[in-house]
Amino acid sequence: MPEIATDEQVATVTSPETTPEAPLEITDLLVEDVSIDGMCGVY
Amino acid sequence: MTTAVLPLVEHFAQGLDAPICLTWELTYACNLACAHCLSSSGRRDPRELSTAEAKGVIDELERMQVFYVNIGGGEPTVRPDFWELVDYATAHKVGVKFSTNGIKIDKVAAARLAASDYVDVQISLDGATAEVNDYVRGKGSFDTAVRAMENLAEAGFTGFKISVVCTRQNIGQLDAFKAIADRYQAQLRLTRLRPSGRGADVWDELHPTAVQQRELYDWLVLNGENVLTGDSFFHLAAFGESLPGLNLCGAGRVVCLIDPVGDVYACPFAIHESFLAGNVRSPGGFATVWRESELFAELRQPQSGGACACC
Amino acid sequence: MTVATPPPVRTDAGFDAALPYTLHPAVEVRPEPFGALLYSFKTRRLSFLKDPLLVTLVRSLDQHPSAAEACRAAGIIEPERLTMFVRALATLASTETIVQRQ
Repeated sequence: MPEIATDEQVATVTSPETTPEAPLEITDLLVEDVSIDGMCGVY
Repeated sequence: MTTAVLPLVEHFAQGLDAPICLTWELTYACNLACAHCLSSSGRRDPRELSTAEAKGVIDELERMQVFYVNIGGGEPTVRPDFWELVDYATAHKVGVKFSTNGIKIDKVAAARLAASDYVDVQISLDGATAEVNDYVRGKGSFDTAVRAMENLAEAGFTGFKISVVCTRQNIGQLDAFKAIADRYQAQLRLTRLRPSGRGADVWDELHPTAVQQRELYDWLVLNGENVLTGDSFFHLAAFGESLPGLNLCGAGRVVCLIDPVGDVYACPFAIHESFLAGNVRSPGGFATVWRESELFAELRQPQSGGACACC
Repeated sequence: MTVATPPPVRTDAGFDAALPYTLHPAVEVRPEPFGALLYSFKTRRLSFLKDPLLVTLVRSLDQHPSAAEACRAAGIIEPERLTMFVRALATLASTETIVQRQ
């Protein structure tokens, strides 16, 4: 079974009031958090 | 009740009807001539896409609902139409994340970047000191990068990225890189040196040693929570647990590359005829290449390890 | 200095199905055969809705006086199913994919 992505990505850049987001737990059947940030050529 | 749903990575493996994002090398022109440049940049190619052709590609990306483009080069900001294309893309709902050595990120540019959520920027830096950085990137390049970062921070643009290619010469500076990122409230990204382009010529001298790879892995395990990795660090999984990330080769399935003359490749690191899918100037444009190229169809076959497995 | 904060507590406390909601204006929704991909230009997060009905629901939120009403209108009535979809909406609210509207 392939690994579900865990999100290493941190969030907003221009809003000072937001903070790094935690990854979504994989307990939601209908919503999945994704990160393609480590893929080649993704800045 | 819904039938069993697949994790997204399964859908990715089969390829999507449009890329999520793609890498777009806008030009081979560059004010620098870094020793390890994967696109061997330094001089504009006379066949590069015109402004109108580039806008045509953006129109297609809008129709396909590609979320954003990762614009690089060469040095994309030296194209006279760079800001025009950025504005055109964002006006057409295509976000822009661009990679730069910082040469054109003056206070005005920094202010316009800070004002938009649709444009993100990444500064290239390969040494935490001028001595180490300039050795591969050229004299003055460290200062250029720092100036750009100062301007961005001053303009209130926090969260820009600093992208470091890990080399034998800079692996000892990981803590220092993190400190630089923290100072500017930027995100540090560590990427893998590739034996590609000029990187092939300097590989022997620059590639991290086996001991350093271990050092890098250990450092990431301890400090990597807010550190991004790029260019697929799954090779480090051999040292222990895989590092976080999708660990899937997205080439031709989720992402691809458009080069300055409109050639479409699966992967920015495999610029070779066998990984050339087509050209945006041919009838049907980029969309047709993405959807119908034989190469991409092959990469989307079940059980394909993707471009990384057959490169 | 980048502020390190503890991860937000994942409860449904931030979501009230009796209130009106809408898709966050910075979120792009791209339908796929298997549901939809979503990208937020505010948070730079990419997410995946695994059920086409959830996609329809999310896109219809702004047309109803409450999230609960939107669920009903989408034909989500049976209690177990409703719980699942409400939970999904709560997840989306916690990541600012959907937000309360005035």
